[in-house]
Amino acid sequence: MLDSVLFYLFAGIAVASAVLTVTRRNAVHSAIFLITALLATAGIFLQLRAEFLFIVQIILYVGGIMVLFVFVIMLVNLDVAVRQIQFARQKWVALVVALALAAQVGLMFWSSGKMPGQGLPVQTAVAADKLPPNSEELAGILFKSYLLPFEIASVLLLVAMIGAVVMAKKRTYRSDASD
Amino acid sequence: MQALLQATIEFLKLYWAPLLCGVAVIAILPLVAGYIVLVERKVMADMQARLGPMRVGPHGLLQPIADAVKLLIKEDIIPDNADKLVFWLAPVLSVAAALLALAGLAIGPAFEIAPNINIGLLFVVGVSAMGIFGIVLGGWASNSHYSLMGALRSSAQLVSYETAAGLALVSGLLFAGTLNINLIVKAQLDQGIWFGMLAPVALFTYLVASIAETNRAPFDLPEAESELVAGYMTEFSGFRWSLYFLAEYTNMIVVASVATTLFLGGWLRPFPRTHWLDVIDFLPPLLMVAIGVYCVIRVPKQPVRVQRLFMLAVAGLCFVVALVLLAPVVAPKLNPSIAETVKPFYAGIHGGFWFLFKVSAYIYMFMWLRFTVPRYRFDQLMRLGWHFLIPLSIINVLVVGVAMIAGEYFHLQGWTMLLVTTPAAFIALVAALAILAVDSGAKERDRAAAASDFYAG
Repeated sequence: MLDSVLFYLFAGIAVASAVLTVTRRNAVHSAIFLITALLATAGIFLQLRAEFLFIVQIILYVGGIMVLFVFVIMLVNLDVAVRQIQFARQKWVALVVALALAAQVGLMFWSSGKMPGQGLPVQTAVAADKLPPNSEELAGILFKSYLLPFEIASVLLLVAMIGAVVMAKKRTYRSDASD
Repeated sequence: MQALLQATIEFLKLYWAPLLCGVAVIAILPLVAGYIVLVERKVMADMQARLGPMRVGPHGLLQPIADAVKLLIKEDIIPDNADKLVFWLAPVLSVAAALLALAGLAIGPAFEIAPNINIGLLFVVGVSAMGIFGIVLGGWASNSHYSLMGALRSSAQLVSYETAAGLALVSGLLFAGTLNINLIVKAQLDQGIWFGMLAPVALFTYLVASIAETNRAPFDLPEAESELVAGYMTEFSGFRWSLYFLAEYTNMIVVASVATTLFLGGWLRPFPRTHWLDVIDFLPPLLMVAIGVYCVIRVPKQPVRVQRLFMLAVAGLCFVVALVLLAPVVAPKLNPSIAETVKPFYAGIHGGFWFLFKVSAYIYMFMWLRFTVPRYRFDQLMRLGWHFLIPLSIINVLVVGVAMIAGEYFHLQGWTMLLVTTPAAFIALVAALAILAVDSGAKERDRAAAASDFYAG
């Protein structure tokens, strides 16, 4: 009972703040609601007993990415952007995409209703205190079963990071032109 | 509606104890923060060869209460062009994040608000990192240039130093093998050594990074008085300002507790498993008695009768605490049959004492550095973070990992681990010197380039 109430609470906050994120005119307000949406998602992770995902969501998205978002928003002068019309340019594309997504989700629900027991993959419930510790499980999977893909992904991220540094670096020309 | 009520009852049944503890912490913490401020002013006065606050109560002991009353009845000003809602939200966010982080910590084995969280240390670090939004949004919402500058500096600084602090924690966690706070301390008990000795470089890195993360001098650029008035809290007054202050001091307690738990043996007394050193158990009560006796000696020197009474009361409190600390040590000696019943009390009371003692020592270190080292310039701060601390902590993680594998290979345990970790620390030290040399070389080249540009232009 407590679980379902918490789920609907977090899900409601997440959906409401996601809507507010795209409808606010002020960029900082949008960012605040995006943070709220991310935190509510973290709450759903916690309600599902995925405590490691919960804290990673908070550390990476809220504590890392969103801080940089807000930093950039403050650094860039947004007064001009606020006065311009910000949306309605891609109205029809967005409508098509949203309808396609809705059709997909609807199809999944419909098929799950038709085939009892074979639709949505719901595992049999395990008591909360019987679950294995989340972070250890995740570490075992990442560093034992999927070590190679994990390393490849980290090398890819490293390449992206070095690329960004190289592109952002100030070029100093040591030419003889000035002499 | 019925479901909601049922869920609420279920929630209260499950979590009434942590909730009560949380309320207690929220009630007590402002007082503690106030007294840390008093201690800080006294330490500052001592280092500058003066007396500090002396007027309110004996030796200024009631100064925090007077300050709190002043802040509560001060006029609450909101700038006209401020973003009202965000202006209201920002200080609350700061305090909420700091208090929530405190919930994951354990003050001794007995007192823990949320016991045995699987992700313990990560929870504390992650949640306290959210406090930065209070600073950034507060600076933005004030609609003032000084505030905005302070907020920008603060976010840049915190993002940079979080990486170094995180990597320092990783080197400590390698020895513990778990994120659970109770198990981290138990690992140090089992191995019989503090992880700070096994990973001294990580402890140093964490010390520097944690000062930067709490925005304290010499890294208090976000609120540099001489440059930015008061940084992000320029426009905040009265109670809102005191919320920021509360958050800052709570964050200090949080980082000190994290360092104590991971590097300084948590609530373990020095040499917890050496039984012929059990005499150490008499140290805490002796310390309290000494403070009490000093208070009694000072009583006749107080000018007013109320102050004399207050001083006596402080002395009495010290004696009571000394008795409480002494009881679980002496009782089993007098009556061996109750030894087992007393054991958890002994662990809780003495564990709490040692934990708070280490946290206070760490905070004293903060104050000492604050009054000794001059403030960094912003480019120096960034250079220190990105060019020195982050490479050093990455190298340290590598070296510590290699040392651990070597220790496993030679079957080393506890103190003998020092045989491999000390050389590892030296390697990290040499690497640090190499980084510094490379960095100063780069700096020289930059300066030369700038100079030649200047003359060319």
